[in-house]
Amino acid sequence: MTENTQSTEIAGDERFPEEELETLTQHRSLWGDVWRQFRKHKGAMAGVIVFIFITLAVSLGPLIQGIEPSAINFSERNFAPTLAHPLGTDNIGHDTLAQMLAGGQVSLAVGFSAMLIALLLGTLIGVLAGFIKSLDGPLMRLTDLFLALPILPLLLVIILLFRDTLRTLYGPEAGIFMLIVFVIGITSWMHTARIVRSDVLGIKEREFVIAAHSIGTRKRRIIFRHILPNILSPIMVSATLGIANAIITESALSFLGLGFPPDFPTWGRLLYDGANFIQITPARVIWPGLFIALTVLSVNYIGDGLRDALDPRLRGR
Amino acid sequence: MTNENNKALLKVDGLVKHFPITRGIFRREVGSVNAVDGISFEIQERETLGLVGESGCGKSTAARVILQLIPATAGNVFFKGRDLTSLDKEELRKQRQHMQMIFQDPQDSLNPRMTVGSIISEPLMEHKKLQAEERSQRVEQLLISVGMNPKFTNRYPHEFSGGQRQRIGIARALALSPEFIICDEPIAALDVSIQAQVINLLEDLQEEFGLTYLFISHDLSMIRHIADRVAVMYLGRIVELASSQALYSTPLHPYTQALLSAVPIHDPKLERKRKGTILVGEVPSPANPPSGCNFSTRCPRAEDRCFKDSPEWREVSQGHQVACHLV
Repeated sequence: MTENTQSTEIAGDERFPEEELETLTQHRSLWGDVWRQFRKHKGAMAGVIVFIFITLAVSLGPLIQGIEPSAINFSERNFAPTLAHPLGTDNIGHDTLAQMLAGGQVSLAVGFSAMLIALLLGTLIGVLAGFIKSLDGPLMRLTDLFLALPILPLLLVIILLFRDTLRTLYGPEAGIFMLIVFVIGITSWMHTARIVRSDVLGIKEREFVIAAHSIGTRKRRIIFRHILPNILSPIMVSATLGIANAIITESALSFLGLGFPPDFPTWGRLLYDGANFIQITPARVIWPGLFIALTVLSVNYIGDGLRDALDPRLRGR
Repeated sequence: MTNENNKALLKVDGLVKHFPITRGIFRREVGSVNAVDGISFEIQERETLGLVGESGCGKSTAARVILQLIPATAGNVFFKGRDLTSLDKEELRKQRQHMQMIFQDPQDSLNPRMTVGSIISEPLMEHKKLQAEERSQRVEQLLISVGMNPKFTNRYPHEFSGGQRQRIGIARALALSPEFIICDEPIAALDVSIQAQVINLLEDLQEEFGLTYLFISHDLSMIRHIADRVAVMYLGRIVELASSQALYSTPLHPYTQALLSAVPIHDPKLERKRKGTILVGEVPSPANPPSGCNFSTRCPRAEDRCFKDSPEWREVSQGHQVACHLV
C-alpha cells in the first residue's frame, strides 16, 4: 500500500511539466477550438470557399448581370457562349446564365429547407424511438410504413390536393415552394430516423448516461446534453446527403410537372429541359449538373470538417 | 420502519430483480434471468460494506437496483427510513443527491464531449441553484480534494489517464456531498499501482466527509483492506455476511472457503503448502438456477438435502450470517 499522503498530491502534474501546464490550462472557448480545428481540414475549407462562392453568385449575380431570366429573345436562339451570353442561350432565347443564377436561388433554398425538415423530423423520431422503449415499436413501424410507400404517387396526390389551397393562401410561388419543401421533407426523414435510433440505443447503455441518470439529471437534459452531442456524426452525414437528395427530388417533381411552373427555373428543371438539346447546346446540361454536384460536394466536405471539429477527441491533432 | 433500524443508513429487504426472457412474435414470457434473487442487508452510517462474488453473480445489477436505476421486481430499499421503491419520480430525483455511484470503467463513465468542469458541475446544475462563480469555485475545490490540478476544468476526459479519469468520476460523485456512495468495481479497470492510490483516496474521503460505502469488487484482498463487513454473493443471493475479520478468519460457507483458499499468500513457504479448494464446473445459468441450494451443483460437501431444500438465512454468531445447511 502506498502512503496516504500520496493521494493528496496533485495528480495532474505528473503528466505535464510546469511550462506546458501554462498553455494547457489557459482558458479557451469551445467555438474558438472548433474553428481552429475546422481550419485545419483542407477539404472543409475548400468546401466553405466553393459554397460561399455559389451562394454569393446566386444571390448577388442577378443584380450584376441584369438580364431577366424569363426574357425571351427569338433572334438569339441556341447560341453558343458569347460575351453578351457567357453560357449561351436556350431554344427559345433565354439567357442560360441568368436562368442558372435564378434557378440556384430556388434550388439552394429548397435543398436546405427540405433537409432541415427531414433532419428535425428524423432526429426527433429516432431519439424518441431509441430513448423511450414503449414508443420504439410504433415509431419504427411508422418509419417502415413511410419507407414502403411509393413516394411518387404519394407526392402526386399530396400536391394535387393542396396545391390550389396553398396558392390562393400564399401566392403561386411561395405556396408551391412551401408545398414542395414540406413534401420532400416528410418523405425523406426515414433513413435519418433509423440511423439515429440505432445510435441512441447504443449510447443510452453507456455508463456516462447511467451516471447522469444516477445524478438525477432530467430525461430531457440527458437527451440534449449526453445523447445528441454523441450522435452528431450520423446526423451530419444525413444532413449533407439530404441536401443533394432534396435538390434532385425537386427536379424530378418539376420534370413531372408537379413542382414549380415551367417558366420558373431551378437547377433540376434546367438539367431536364437541357437534356433534349445536349447535342446543340451542351452548356445547358453541363452547368446545372456541375453546380448541383459542386453544391453537394462542398456541403459534404463542410459536414465532414464540422464533424471532426466538434469531436474533442480529434481536436488538436 | 421500526426504531431498531434507526442507525441503518441503508436497509435492503428481500430485493429481487428478474429480467424476463421473451420469445416469438408476441414476445411471450418464457422465463426469467434471476439476476438478483432476494438479497437483504443493512449498512450502518460511516461503514463500508464489501460485496464480493464472481463475474455475473448479480453484483452490479444489485447496485443499480438499490439506486433505482432499474426498477426492482420485488423487495424494498430503505434509505434513511424512506422506501425508495415507493417514491415518485420527482421525489426520487431529489433523493439521488444523497446517494451517488462511482463506476467501473473510467473510460466509459465520462461523456467524451464534455469538459471536466461541466462533468463535475452537472450534479450541481441539477440540484443546486448556484451562481456560475460559486459553481466553478466548488468544482475547483472538488478537483483539489480528489488530488487533481484545479486548472484542468477546460480539458476533456480523453486527455487524462485512467486513474485521473477515475478521480474525475469520484469528484462528480462527491459534488453534492452525498452520504452514501456505491463503488461499483471502481478499481477493476486500473493498474495495480493506481488501484492503491484510488483506494487510499476513497478511504481519505470517507474519513473527511463521513461517507458510507457499498464497495463492490471481486478482489478479495482489496475488500479485506477497505471493508468493515463483507457480503459474499453467489448466483443472485448472498451466501454469507460477516465482519471482515470474522469472514476472513473463519469462513463458514463452502463457497467463501473456496474463494478464500484461492487467494495467494505473500510468504512463498506458506504459499507452497497452500491447498486450494478448486471448484469444479461452471456457475449455473441464472435463467435456470438449480433446485435447493444455488451452490449445490459445485459444492464439494453437498448432501442430499442441499439438492432439495433451499438453505435458510440465519445468524450463526453475533453478526455472522450464512445460508448453508451444513453449518
